[in-house]
Amino acid sequence: MKGSEALETTTIKKKSKINKERRKQYIAAYVFLLPWLIGFLGLILGPMISSLYLSFTRFDLLSTPEWIGLANFQEMFQDDRWIASAKVTLTFVFVAVPTQLVAALLVAVLLNKKMMGVGFYRTTYYLPSLLGGSVAIAILWKNLFEIDGLINQVLAFFNIQGQGWISHPDYALGTIIILATWQFGASMVIFLAGLKQIPKELYEAAAVDGGTKPQVFFRITLPLLSPVIFFNLVIELIKSIQVFTSAFIISEGTGGPINSTLFYTLYLYQKGFTQFEMGYASAMAWILVFVLGVMTLLIFFSSKYWVHYEDGGKL
Amino acid sequence: MNQSTNTSKILTHVFIIVFGLFMLYPVVWMVTSSFKPETLIFSSPSIFSKEWTLDNYTNGWNVVRNVNFGQFFKNSFMISIIAVLANLITCSMAAYAFARLKFPLKKLWFACMLMTIMLPAHATLIPQYTIFHNLDWINTILPLTVPKLLATDAFFIFLMVQFFRGIPRELDESAIMDGCGIFQIYTRIIMPLAVPVLITTAIFTFIWTWDDFFSQILYLNTVDTFTVPLGLRLFLDSQGESSWGSVFAMSVLSLIPITTVFFIFQRYIVEGIATTGIKG
Repeated sequence: MKGSEALETTTIKKKSKINKERRKQYIAAYVFLLPWLIGFLGLILGPMISSLYLSFTRFDLLSTPEWIGLANFQEMFQDDRWIASAKVTLTFVFVAVPTQLVAALLVAVLLNKKMMGVGFYRTTYYLPSLLGGSVAIAILWKNLFEIDGLINQVLAFFNIQGQGWISHPDYALGTIIILATWQFGASMVIFLAGLKQIPKELYEAAAVDGGTKPQVFFRITLPLLSPVIFFNLVIELIKSIQVFTSAFIISEGTGGPINSTLFYTLYLYQKGFTQFEMGYASAMAWILVFVLGVMTLLIFFSSKYWVHYEDGGKL
Repeated sequence: MNQSTNTSKILTHVFIIVFGLFMLYPVVWMVTSSFKPETLIFSSPSIFSKEWTLDNYTNGWNVVRNVNFGQFFKNSFMISIIAVLANLITCSMAAYAFARLKFPLKKLWFACMLMTIMLPAHATLIPQYTIFHNLDWINTILPLTVPKLLATDAFFIFLMVQFFRGIPRELDESAIMDGCGIFQIYTRIIMPLAVPVLITTAIFTFIWTWDDFFSQILYLNTVDTFTVPLGLRLFLDSQGESSWGSVFAMSVLSLIPITTVFFIFQRYIVEGIATTGIKG
Protein backbone atom coordinates (compact mmCIF):
# COMPACT_ATOMS: atom_id res chain seq x y z
CA MET A 1 0.00 0.00 0.00
CA LYS A 2 2.56 2.42 1.20
CA GLY A 3 4.99 1.33 -1.53
CA SER A 4 2.54 2.00 -4.34
CA GLU A 5 1.70 5.37 -2.87
CA ALA A 6 5.35 6.28 -2.80
CA LEU A 7 5.66 5.12 -6.41
CA GLU A 8 2.71 7.29 -7.35
CA THR A 9 4.19 10.37 -5.78
CA THR A 10 7.49 9.83 -7.56
CA THR A 11 5.77 9.42 -10.93
CA ILE A 12 3.76 12.55 -10.23
CA LYS A 13 6.95 14.29 -9.30
CA LYS A 14 8.59 12.99 -12.45
CA LYS A 15 5.62 14.04 -14.53
CA SER A 16 5.58 17.48 -13.02
CA LYS A 17 9.31 17.69 -13.61
CA ILE A 18 8.82 16.77 -17.27
CA ASN A 19 5.97 19.23 -17.50
CA LYS A 20 8.17 21.86 -15.95
CA GLU A 21 10.95 21.06 -18.42
CA ARG A 22 8.50 21.23 -21.28
CA ARG A 23 7.06 24.53 -20.12
CA LYS A 24 10.58 25.88 -19.81
CA GLN A 25 11.23 24.90 -23.41
CA TYR A 26 7.99 26.52 -24.58
CA ILE A 27 8.94 29.75 -22.90
CA ALA A 28 12.48 29.62 -24.27
CA ALA A 29 11.13 28.89 -27.76
CA TYR A 30 8.85 31.91 -27.66
CA VAL A 31 11.69 34.08 -26.42
CA PHE A 32 13.74 33.03 -29.45
CA LEU A 33 10.74 33.52 -31.70
CA LEU A 34 9.74 36.87 -30.23
CA PRO A 35 11.46 39.31 -32.64
CA TRP A 36 10.06 37.44 -35.63
CA LEU A 37 6.62 37.15 -34.05
CA ILE A 38 6.42 40.88 -33.36
CA GLY A 39 7.62 41.60 -36.89
CA PHE A 40 5.19 39.14 -38.44
CA LEU A 41 2.16 40.40 -36.54
CA GLY A 42 3.07 44.10 -36.53
CA LEU A 43 4.78 44.61 -39.89
CA ILE A 44 3.30 41.87 -42.08
CA LEU A 45 0.00 40.33 -40.98
CA GLY A 46 -1.42 43.54 -39.50
CA PRO A 47 -0.43 45.68 -42.50
CA MET A 48 -1.74 43.01 -44.90
CA ILE A 49 -5.21 43.13 -43.36
CA SER A 50 -5.02 46.89 -43.12
CA SER A 51 -4.00 47.32 -46.77
CA LEU A 52 -6.83 45.02 -47.83
CA TYR A 53 -9.20 47.33 -45.97
CA LEU A 54 -7.55 50.44 -47.40
CA SER A 55 -8.04 49.12 -50.93
CA PHE A 56 -11.78 49.76 -50.44
CA THR A 57 -11.24 53.31 -49.24
CA ARG A 58 -10.05 56.73 -50.30
CA PHE A 59 -7.01 57.52 -48.17
CA ASP A 60 -4.38 60.27 -48.37
CA LEU A 61 -2.25 59.41 -45.31
CA LEU A 62 -3.37 62.42 -43.25
CA SER A 63 -7.16 62.20 -43.06
CA THR A 64 -9.13 59.12 -42.00
CA PRO A 65 -9.83 56.55 -44.75
CA GLU A 66 -13.24 56.92 -46.38
CA TRP A 67 -15.04 53.72 -47.41
CA ILE A 68 -15.85 53.74 -51.14
CA GLY A 69 -16.51 50.04 -51.79
CA LEU A 70 -15.21 48.72 -55.09
CA ALA A 71 -14.67 52.17 -56.61
CA ASN A 72 -10.85 51.85 -56.68
CA PHE A 73 -11.05 48.60 -58.60
CA GLN A 74 -13.65 49.98 -61.01
CA GLU A 75 -11.54 53.07 -61.58
CA MET A 76 -8.49 50.93 -62.35
CA PHE A 77 -10.06 49.22 -65.32
CA GLN A 78 -10.90 52.60 -66.84
CA ASP A 79 -7.55 54.18 -66.01
CA ASP A 80 -5.45 54.33 -69.18
CA ARG A 81 -2.22 54.59 -67.22
CA TRP A 82 -3.13 51.57 -65.09
CA ILE A 83 -3.89 49.55 -68.22
CA ALA A 84 -0.61 50.72 -69.76
CA SER A 85 1.32 49.75 -66.62
CA ALA A 86 -0.24 46.27 -66.52
CA LYS A 87 0.64 45.80 -70.19
CA VAL A 88 4.23 46.96 -69.72
CA THR A 89 4.82 44.63 -66.77
CA LEU A 90 3.18 41.63 -68.44
CA THR A 91 5.16 42.22 -71.65
CA PHE A 92 8.32 42.47 -69.60
CA VAL A 93 7.56 39.28 -67.67
CA PHE A 94 6.63 37.27 -70.77
CA VAL A 95 9.69 38.40 -72.74
CA ALA A 96 12.43 38.90 -70.15
CA VAL A 97 11.87 35.75 -68.05
CA PRO A 98 12.05 33.24 -70.95
CA THR A 99 14.96 35.02 -72.67
CA GLN A 100 16.89 35.15 -69.44
CA LEU A 101 16.28 31.50 -68.64
CA VAL A 102 17.21 30.35 -72.15
CA ALA A 103 20.45 32.36 -72.06
CA ALA A 104 21.23 31.02 -68.59
CA LEU A 105 20.60 27.44 -69.67
CA LEU A 106 22.68 27.64 -72.86
CA VAL A 107 25.69 29.18 -71.15
CA ALA A 108 25.37 26.72 -68.24
CA VAL A 109 25.47 23.78 -70.68
CA LEU A 110 28.56 25.29 -72.33
CA LEU A 111 30.29 25.76 -68.97
CA ASN A 112 29.32 22.33 -67.64
CA LYS A 113 32.49 20.74 -68.95
CA LYS A 114 35.83 19.99 -67.49
CA MET A 115 37.96 22.75 -68.91
CA MET A 116 40.52 25.29 -67.88
CA GLY A 117 39.28 28.47 -66.25
CA VAL A 118 35.71 27.34 -65.63
CA GLY A 119 35.68 29.02 -62.22
CA PHE A 120 36.84 32.27 -63.76
CA TYR A 121 34.21 32.13 -66.51
CA ARG A 122 31.51 31.36 -64.00
CA THR A 123 32.48 34.44 -61.96
CA THR A 124 32.59 36.62 -65.07
CA TYR A 125 29.09 35.62 -66.13
CA TYR A 126 27.77 35.97 -62.60
CA LEU A 127 29.07 39.54 -62.13
CA PRO A 128 26.22 41.29 -64.00
CA SER A 129 23.70 39.66 -61.63
CA LEU A 130 25.65 41.02 -58.72
CA LEU A 131 25.84 44.58 -60.05
CA GLY A 132 22.65 44.75 -62.12
CA GLY A 133 20.25 45.73 -59.35
CA SER A 134 22.13 48.92 -58.54
CA VAL A 135 21.29 52.48 -59.46
CA ALA A 136 24.82 52.78 -60.88
CA ILE A 137 24.19 50.16 -63.57
CA ALA A 138 20.75 51.63 -64.36
CA ILE A 139 22.47 54.98 -64.91
CA LEU A 140 25.09 53.33 -67.11
CA TRP A 141 22.30 51.67 -69.12
CA LYS A 142 20.53 54.97 -69.60
CA ASN A 143 23.76 56.38 -70.96
CA LEU A 144 24.53 53.40 -73.21
CA PHE A 145 21.26 53.73 -75.11
CA GLU A 146 21.08 57.52 -75.38
CA ILE A 147 21.35 59.16 -78.79
CA ASP A 148 25.09 59.80 -78.38
CA GLY A 149 25.66 56.81 -76.12
CA LEU A 150 28.09 53.92 -76.45
CA ILE A 151 25.72 51.66 -78.41
CA ASN A 152 25.20 54.22 -81.16
CA GLN A 153 28.91 54.96 -81.33
CA VAL A 154 29.62 51.30 -81.91
CA LEU A 155 26.80 51.15 -84.48
CA ALA A 156 28.26 54.21 -86.22
CA PHE A 157 31.53 52.32 -86.49
CA PHE A 158 29.64 49.80 -88.65
CA ASN A 159 27.95 52.65 -90.52
CA ILE A 160 24.58 52.07 -88.92
CA GLN A 161 22.57 55.12 -87.95
CA GLY A 162 21.27 54.62 -84.41
CA GLN A 163 18.68 56.63 -82.55
CA GLY A 164 17.71 57.68 -79.03
CA TRP A 165 16.62 54.24 -77.86
CA ILE A 166 15.63 55.46 -74.39
CA SER A 167 13.49 58.30 -75.75
CA HIS A 168 11.67 56.21 -78.35
CA PRO A 169 8.44 54.59 -77.07
CA ASP A 170 8.96 51.51 -79.26
CA TYR A 171 12.43 50.74 -77.92
CA ALA A 172 12.62 52.06 -74.33
CA LEU A 173 11.12 48.91 -72.79
CA GLY A 174 13.50 46.83 -74.91
CA THR A 175 16.52 48.44 -73.24
CA ILE A 176 15.18 47.38 -69.82
CA ILE A 177 14.52 43.85 -71.10
CA ILE A 178 18.13 43.71 -72.32
CA LEU A 179 19.29 44.87 -68.89
CA ALA A 180 17.30 42.05 -67.24
CA THR A 181 18.59 39.47 -69.72
CA TRP A 182 22.13 40.69 -69.12
CA GLN A 183 21.73 39.46 -65.54
CA PHE A 184 21.24 35.79 -66.42
CA GLY A 185 24.25 34.75 -64.32
CA ALA A 186 22.41 33.91 -61.10
CA SER A 187 20.04 31.52 -62.88
CA MET A 188 23.03 30.11 -64.75
CA VAL A 189 24.79 29.20 -61.50
CA ILE A 190 21.67 27.36 -60.33
CA PHE A 191 21.44 25.52 -63.67
CA LEU A 192 25.09 24.54 -63.33
CA ALA A 193 24.38 23.03 -59.92
CA GLY A 194 21.46 21.12 -61.44
CA LEU A 195 23.53 19.86 -64.36
CA LYS A 196 26.07 18.41 -61.94
CA GLN A 197 23.30 16.26 -60.41
CA ILE A 198 22.52 14.45 -63.68
CA PRO A 199 24.08 10.95 -63.50
CA LYS A 200 26.97 10.52 -65.95
CA GLU A 201 25.86 6.96 -66.77
CA LEU A 202 22.89 8.34 -68.67
CA TYR A 203 25.19 10.25 -71.01
CA GLU A 204 27.46 7.22 -71.41
CA ALA A 205 24.46 5.04 -72.23
CA ALA A 206 23.28 7.60 -74.77
CA ALA A 207 26.75 7.66 -76.37
CA VAL A 208 26.68 3.85 -76.66
CA ASP A 209 23.26 4.04 -78.31
CA GLY A 210 24.64 6.61 -80.74
CA GLY A 211 22.44 9.54 -79.64
CA THR A 212 23.13 12.85 -81.39
CA LYS A 213 23.85 15.98 -79.40
CA PRO A 214 20.39 17.53 -79.81
CA GLN A 215 18.80 14.18 -78.91
CA VAL A 216 20.87 13.97 -75.75
CA PHE A 217 19.97 17.55 -74.85
CA PHE A 218 16.22 17.17 -75.40
CA ARG A 219 15.81 13.61 -74.10
CA ILE A 220 18.21 13.61 -71.14
CA THR A 221 19.45 17.04 -70.09
CA LEU A 222 16.19 18.96 -70.41
CA PRO A 223 13.86 16.48 -68.65
CA LEU A 224 16.31 15.84 -65.83
CA LEU A 225 16.86 19.55 -65.40
CA SER A 226 13.14 20.35 -65.34
CA PRO A 227 12.89 20.69 -61.52
CA VAL A 228 15.62 23.35 -61.66
CA ILE A 229 13.90 25.07 -64.59
CA PHE A 230 10.71 25.08 -62.53
CA PHE A 231 12.50 26.63 -59.57
CA ASN A 232 14.21 29.31 -61.65
CA LEU A 233 10.94 30.09 -63.43
CA VAL A 234 9.08 30.76 -60.17
CA ILE A 235 11.91 32.86 -58.71
CA GLU A 236 12.36 34.93 -61.87
CA LEU A 237 8.60 35.48 -62.18
CA ILE A 238 8.40 36.85 -58.64
CA LYS A 239 11.45 39.01 -59.20
CA SER A 240 10.55 40.47 -62.58
CA ILE A 241 6.92 41.28 -61.78
CA GLN A 242 8.29 43.65 -59.11
CA VAL A 243 11.00 45.41 -61.16
CA PHE A 244 11.36 49.03 -60.11
CA THR A 245 14.87 50.54 -59.92
CA SER A 246 15.86 50.21 -63.57
CA ALA A 247 12.55 51.60 -64.83
CA PHE A 248 12.63 54.44 -62.34
CA ILE A 249 16.18 55.54 -63.19
CA ILE A 250 15.97 55.05 -66.95
CA SER A 251 12.70 56.99 -67.27
CA GLU A 252 13.67 59.44 -64.50
CA GLY A 253 10.62 58.37 -62.52
CA THR A 254 8.10 59.20 -65.26
CA GLY A 255 7.55 55.81 -66.89
CA GLY A 256 7.82 57.55 -70.25
CA PRO A 257 8.10 58.04 -73.16
CA ILE A 258 4.32 57.69 -73.57
CA ASN A 259 4.05 55.27 -70.62
CA SER A 260 6.25 52.76 -72.44
CA THR A 261 8.31 52.02 -69.31
CA LEU A 262 5.53 52.61 -66.81
CA PHE A 263 6.09 49.42 -64.85
CA TYR A 264 3.28 48.38 -62.50
CA THR A 265 5.33 49.03 -59.36
CA LEU A 266 6.43 52.41 -60.72
CA TYR A 267 2.82 53.46 -61.26
CA LEU A 268 1.96 52.14 -57.80
CA TYR A 269 4.73 54.31 -56.38
CA GLN A 270 3.51 57.37 -58.29
CA LYS A 271 -0.08 56.84 -57.12
CA GLY A 272 0.82 56.14 -53.51
CA PHE A 273 3.72 58.46 -52.88
CA THR A 274 3.58 61.38 -55.30
CA GLN A 275 -0.21 61.72 -55.64
CA PHE A 276 -0.92 60.24 -52.18
CA GLU A 277 -3.85 58.18 -53.47
CA MET A 278 -3.01 55.46 -50.99
CA GLY A 279 -6.32 53.63 -51.18
CA TYR A 280 -5.87 53.26 -54.93
CA ALA A 281 -2.25 52.16 -54.44
CA SER A 282 -3.37 49.51 -51.93
CA ALA A 283 -5.94 48.21 -54.38
CA MET A 284 -3.20 48.05 -57.03
CA ALA A 285 -0.98 46.12 -54.62
CA TRP A 286 -3.68 43.52 -54.02
CA ILE A 287 -4.23 43.05 -57.75
CA LEU A 288 -0.47 42.44 -58.02
CA VAL A 289 -0.57 39.87 -55.20
CA PHE A 290 -3.59 38.20 -56.81
CA VAL A 291 -2.08 38.01 -60.31
CA LEU A 292 1.26 36.78 -59.01
CA GLY A 293 -0.55 34.18 -56.91
CA VAL A 294 -2.58 32.93 -59.89
CA MET A 295 0.50 32.77 -62.12
CA THR A 296 2.48 30.86 -59.50
CA LEU A 297 -0.38 28.41 -58.98
CA LEU A 298 -0.65 27.87 -62.75
CA ILE A 299 3.05 27.04 -62.87
CA PHE A 300 2.64 24.67 -59.93
CA PHE A 301 -0.34 22.88 -61.47
CA SER A 302 1.25 22.68 -64.90
CA SER A 303 4.42 21.30 -63.38
CA LYS A 304 3.08 17.74 -63.21
CA TYR A 305 2.94 17.73 -67.01
CA TRP A 306 6.46 18.94 -67.64
CA VAL A 307 8.54 18.66 -64.48
CA HIS A 308 10.22 15.29 -64.19
CA TYR A 309 11.13 14.10 -60.70
CA GLU A 310 13.56 11.24 -60.24
CA ASP A 311 11.62 9.86 -57.29
CA GLY A 312 8.30 9.82 -59.13
CA GLY A 313 6.88 13.24 -58.32
CA LYS A 314 7.13 13.55 -54.57
CA LEU A 315 8.05 17.09 -53.68
CA MET B 1 38.73 12.44 -83.85
CA ASN B 2 41.06 13.88 -81.23
CA GLN B 3 41.89 16.86 -83.38
CA SER B 4 38.24 17.72 -83.93
CA THR B 5 37.44 17.60 -80.18
CA ASN B 6 40.43 19.85 -79.59
CA THR B 7 39.19 22.37 -82.15
CA SER B 8 35.73 22.31 -80.65
CA LYS B 9 37.24 22.87 -77.20
CA ILE B 10 39.16 25.88 -78.44
CA LEU B 11 36.08 27.22 -80.19
CA THR B 12 34.09 26.90 -76.94
CA HIS B 13 36.79 28.83 -75.08
CA VAL B 14 36.89 31.53 -77.73
CA PHE B 15 33.11 31.87 -77.71
CA ILE B 16 32.93 32.06 -73.92
CA ILE B 17 35.70 34.64 -73.72
CA VAL B 18 34.39 36.84 -76.53
CA PHE B 19 30.83 36.72 -75.21
CA GLY B 20 32.05 37.44 -71.67
CA LEU B 21 34.07 40.45 -72.84
CA PHE B 22 31.07 41.68 -74.79
CA MET B 23 28.91 41.47 -71.66
CA LEU B 24 31.34 43.17 -69.34
CA TYR B 25 32.51 45.80 -71.84
CA PRO B 26 29.99 48.47 -70.77
CA VAL B 27 31.06 48.17 -67.13
CA VAL B 28 34.77 48.30 -67.98
CA TRP B 29 34.05 51.27 -70.26
CA MET B 30 32.29 53.07 -67.40
CA VAL B 31 35.26 52.45 -65.09
CA THR B 32 37.85 53.79 -67.55
CA SER B 33 35.56 56.64 -68.65
CA SER B 34 35.39 57.82 -65.07
CA PHE B 35 39.13 58.61 -65.38
CA LYS B 36 38.85 60.42 -68.71
CA PRO B 37 38.44 64.17 -69.13
CA GLU B 38 34.75 64.98 -69.61
CA THR B 39 35.25 66.01 -73.23
CA LEU B 40 36.96 62.77 -74.23
CA ILE B 41 34.38 60.33 -72.78
CA PHE B 42 32.10 60.37 -75.79
CA SER B 43 34.74 60.99 -78.42
CA SER B 44 35.17 57.26 -78.99
CA PRO B 45 33.74 53.97 -77.69
CA SER B 46 37.24 52.85 -76.74
CA ILE B 47 38.25 52.06 -73.19
CA PHE B 48 41.62 53.74 -73.77
CA SER B 49 42.46 57.41 -73.68
CA LYS B 50 45.38 59.76 -74.27
CA GLU B 51 44.70 61.67 -71.08
CA TRP B 52 43.71 60.49 -67.62
CA THR B 53 42.36 62.59 -64.76
CA LEU B 54 40.84 62.39 -61.28
CA ASP B 55 38.70 65.52 -61.80
CA ASN B 56 35.50 63.50 -62.18
CA TYR B 57 36.03 62.06 -58.73
CA THR B 58 36.65 65.38 -57.01
CA ASN B 59 33.77 67.05 -58.87
CA GLY B 60 31.37 64.20 -58.30
CA TRP B 61 32.23 63.81 -54.63
CA ASN B 62 30.78 67.25 -53.88
CA VAL B 63 27.58 66.83 -55.83
CA VAL B 64 25.51 69.32 -53.84
CA ARG B 65 26.40 72.15 -51.55
CA ASN B 66 27.02 71.25 -47.87
CA VAL B 67 26.65 67.50 -48.36
CA ASN B 68 29.06 65.21 -50.18
CA PHE B 69 29.35 61.54 -50.99
CA GLY B 70 31.24 60.96 -47.74
CA GLN B 71 27.94 61.50 -45.93
CA PHE B 72 26.05 59.25 -48.37
CA PHE B 73 28.58 56.47 -47.90
CA LYS B 74 28.38 56.87 -44.14
CA ASN B 75 24.58 56.56 -44.25
CA SER B 76 24.67 53.58 -46.59
CA PHE B 77 27.24 51.73 -44.48
CA MET B 78 25.36 52.49 -41.28
CA ILE B 79 22.10 51.06 -42.64
CA SER B 80 23.71 48.05 -44.30
CA ILE B 81 25.84 47.06 -41.32
CA ILE B 82 22.96 47.33 -38.86
CA ALA B 83 20.82 45.30 -41.27
CA VAL B 84 23.49 42.59 -41.48
CA LEU B 85 23.91 42.30 -37.70
CA ALA B 86 20.16 42.40 -37.14
CA ASN B 87 19.46 39.68 -39.68
CA LEU B 88 22.22 37.47 -38.31
CA ILE B 89 20.87 37.67 -34.78
CA THR B 90 17.10 37.73 -35.15
CA CYS B 91 16.77 35.40 -38.15
CA SER B 92 19.00 32.81 -36.50
CA MET B 93 16.99 33.07 -33.28
CA ALA B 94 13.74 32.36 -35.10
CA ALA B 95 15.39 29.62 -37.14
CA TYR B 96 16.72 27.97 -33.97
CA ALA B 97 13.24 27.87 -32.47
CA PHE B 98 11.78 26.37 -35.67
CA ALA B 99 14.56 23.88 -36.22
CA ARG B 100 15.22 22.64 -32.69
CA LEU B 101 12.57 23.56 -30.11
CA LYS B 102 9.06 22.26 -29.45
CA PHE B 103 6.31 24.75 -28.74
CA PRO B 104 2.57 25.19 -29.24
CA LEU B 105 1.39 26.59 -32.63
CA LYS B 106 4.76 25.76 -34.18
CA LYS B 107 3.24 24.46 -37.43
CA LEU B 108 1.02 27.51 -37.82
CA TRP B 109 3.86 29.98 -37.33
CA PHE B 110 6.13 28.01 -39.63
CA ALA B 111 3.50 28.09 -42.38
CA CYS B 112 3.09 31.86 -41.85
CA MET B 113 6.85 32.31 -42.16
CA LEU B 114 6.97 30.34 -45.41
CA MET B 115 4.08 32.36 -46.83
CA THR B 116 5.83 35.66 -46.23
CA ILE B 117 8.81 34.57 -48.35
CA MET B 118 6.77 34.80 -51.53
CA LEU B 119 4.61 37.76 -50.53
CA PRO B 120 5.45 40.91 -52.55
CA ALA B 121 6.43 43.79 -50.28
CA HIS B 122 3.72 45.92 -51.92
CA ALA B 123 1.01 44.05 -50.01
CA THR B 124 2.17 45.63 -46.76
CA LEU B 125 3.66 48.82 -48.18
CA ILE B 126 1.03 51.48 -47.50
CA PRO B 127 0.19 50.48 -43.89
CA GLN B 128 3.90 50.08 -43.08
CA TYR B 129 4.52 53.56 -44.42
CA THR B 130 1.59 54.87 -42.36
CA ILE B 131 2.97 53.24 -39.21
CA PHE B 132 6.46 54.70 -39.73
CA HIS B 133 4.96 58.06 -40.62
CA ASN B 134 2.89 58.10 -37.43
CA LEU B 135 5.94 57.14 -35.37
CA ASP B 136 7.72 60.11 -36.96
CA TRP B 137 10.41 57.82 -38.39
CA ILE B 138 10.47 59.31 -41.91
CA ASN B 139 13.95 60.67 -42.75
CA THR B 140 15.58 58.42 -40.17
CA ILE B 141 17.24 55.06 -40.69
CA LEU B 142 14.65 53.34 -38.47
CA PRO B 143 12.19 52.26 -41.23
CA LEU B 144 15.14 50.62 -43.00
CA THR B 145 16.63 48.86 -39.98
CA VAL B 146 13.85 48.08 -37.47
CA PRO B 147 12.14 45.59 -39.85
CA LYS B 148 15.44 43.67 -39.96
CA LEU B 149 15.61 43.67 -36.16
CA LEU B 150 12.18 42.04 -36.30
CA ALA B 151 13.38 39.31 -38.68
CA THR B 152 11.06 40.22 -41.55
CA ASP B 153 13.48 38.75 -44.13
CA ALA B 154 11.84 35.35 -43.84
CA PHE B 155 13.92 33.98 -46.68
CA PHE B 156 16.99 33.90 -44.46
CA ILE B 157 15.06 32.21 -41.64
CA PHE B 158 14.10 29.48 -44.05
CA LEU B 159 17.69 29.15 -45.26
CA MET B 160 18.93 28.82 -41.66
CA VAL B 161 16.23 26.34 -40.65
CA GLN B 162 17.36 24.11 -43.49
CA PHE B 163 20.97 24.41 -42.39
CA PHE B 164 20.32 23.96 -38.65
CA ARG B 165 18.35 20.77 -39.35
CA GLY B 166 21.51 19.33 -40.88
CA ILE B 167 23.51 19.79 -37.68
CA PRO B 168 23.49 16.41 -35.83
CA ARG B 169 21.17 16.35 -32.82
CA GLU B 170 23.68 14.20 -30.92
CA LEU B 171 25.72 17.36 -30.47
CA ASP B 172 22.79 19.00 -28.66
CA GLU B 173 22.31 15.94 -26.48
CA SER B 174 25.93 15.71 -25.43
CA ALA B 175 25.86 19.43 -24.71
CA ILE B 176 22.84 18.88 -22.44
CA MET B 177 24.83 16.14 -20.64
CA ASP B 178 27.53 18.70 -20.09
CA GLY B 179 24.97 20.96 -18.49
CA CYS B 180 24.21 23.30 -21.37
CA GLY B 181 20.78 24.90 -21.46
CA ILE B 182 18.71 25.89 -24.48
CA PHE B 183 20.48 29.21 -24.79
CA GLN B 184 23.98 27.72 -24.60
CA ILE B 185 23.16 25.18 -27.29
CA TYR B 186 22.27 28.10 -29.53
CA THR B 187 25.41 30.11 -28.79
CA ARG B 188 27.95 27.29 -28.39
CA ILE B 189 26.77 24.54 -30.75
CA ILE B 190 24.44 25.86 -33.43
CA MET B 191 25.90 29.27 -34.22
CA PRO B 192 29.58 28.21 -34.48
CA LEU B 193 28.63 25.31 -36.77
CA ALA B 194 26.37 27.48 -38.92
CA VAL B 195 29.09 29.85 -40.11
CA PRO B 196 28.60 29.09 -43.84
CA VAL B 197 24.89 29.94 -43.81
CA LEU B 198 25.59 32.98 -41.61
CA ILE B 199 28.12 34.24 -44.15
CA THR B 200 25.66 33.73 -47.00
CA THR B 201 23.05 35.66 -45.03
CA ALA B 202 25.48 38.46 -44.20
CA ILE B 203 26.64 38.88 -47.79
CA PHE B 204 23.21 38.97 -49.35
CA THR B 205 21.74 41.16 -46.64
CA PHE B 206 24.56 43.60 -47.25
CA ILE B 207 24.15 43.62 -51.04
CA TRP B 208 20.36 43.80 -51.01
CA THR B 209 20.24 46.51 -48.35
CA TRP B 210 22.90 48.55 -50.15
CA ASP B 211 20.87 48.35 -53.38
CA ASP B 212 17.41 48.68 -51.83
CA PHE B 213 16.56 51.82 -53.77
CA PHE B 214 12.79 51.46 -53.35
CA SER B 215 12.80 51.59 -49.53
CA GLN B 216 15.41 54.32 -49.51
CA ILE B 217 13.50 56.58 -51.87
CA LEU B 218 10.36 56.05 -49.80
CA TYR B 219 11.76 56.80 -46.38
CA LEU B 220 14.72 59.15 -46.94
CA ASN B 221 13.77 62.53 -48.37
CA THR B 222 16.29 65.01 -46.97
CA VAL B 223 19.74 65.25 -48.55
CA ASP B 224 21.66 64.68 -45.31
CA THR B 225 19.92 61.30 -44.82
CA PHE B 226 20.56 60.17 -48.42
CA THR B 227 22.24 56.89 -49.18
CA VAL B 228 24.67 56.33 -52.06
CA PRO B 229 21.96 55.23 -54.57
CA LEU B 230 19.89 58.32 -53.70
CA GLY B 231 23.02 60.45 -54.07
CA LEU B 232 23.55 59.07 -57.56
CA ARG B 233 20.00 59.94 -58.46
CA LEU B 234 20.73 63.57 -57.55
CA PHE B 235 22.89 63.81 -60.68
CA LEU B 236 19.95 62.96 -62.89
CA ASP B 237 17.82 65.59 -61.18
CA SER B 238 20.13 68.51 -60.67
CA GLN B 239 22.89 68.71 -63.20
CA GLY B 240 21.31 67.18 -66.25
CA GLU B 241 23.42 65.07 -68.52
CA SER B 242 26.31 67.44 -68.97
CA SER B 243 28.43 65.83 -66.25
CA TRP B 244 28.55 62.16 -67.16
CA GLY B 245 32.16 61.99 -65.98
CA SER B 246 31.20 62.76 -62.38
CA VAL B 247 28.18 60.45 -62.58
CA PHE B 248 30.38 57.60 -63.75
CA ALA B 249 33.00 58.31 -61.10
CA MET B 250 30.48 58.12 -58.26
CA SER B 251 28.74 55.13 -59.85
CA VAL B 252 32.05 53.29 -59.87
CA LEU B 253 32.62 54.17 -56.21
CA SER B 254 29.12 52.99 -55.34
CA LEU B 255 29.86 49.55 -56.78
CA ILE B 256 33.12 49.08 -54.86
CA PRO B 257 31.67 47.86 -51.51
CA ILE B 258 29.51 45.21 -53.20
CA THR B 259 32.31 44.07 -55.50
CA THR B 260 34.76 43.88 -52.60
CA VAL B 261 32.39 41.76 -50.52
CA PHE B 262 31.88 39.57 -53.56
CA PHE B 263 35.54 38.92 -54.21
CA ILE B 264 36.38 38.29 -50.54
CA PHE B 265 33.56 35.79 -50.09
CA GLN B 266 33.31 34.58 -53.68
CA ARG B 267 33.55 30.91 -52.76
CA TYR B 268 30.67 31.19 -50.33
CA ILE B 269 28.57 33.18 -52.76
CA VAL B 270 28.74 30.90 -55.74
CA GLU B 271 28.43 27.78 -53.56
CA GLY B 272 25.61 29.45 -51.65
CA ILE B 273 23.68 30.23 -54.81
CA ALA B 274 24.22 26.75 -56.15
CA THR B 275 23.03 24.97 -53.03
CA THR B 276 20.28 27.31 -51.83
CA GLY B 277 18.97 29.00 -54.93
CA ILE B 278 19.58 32.49 -53.56
CA LYS B 279 19.93 35.19 -56.22
CA GLY B 280 22.17 38.19 -56.55
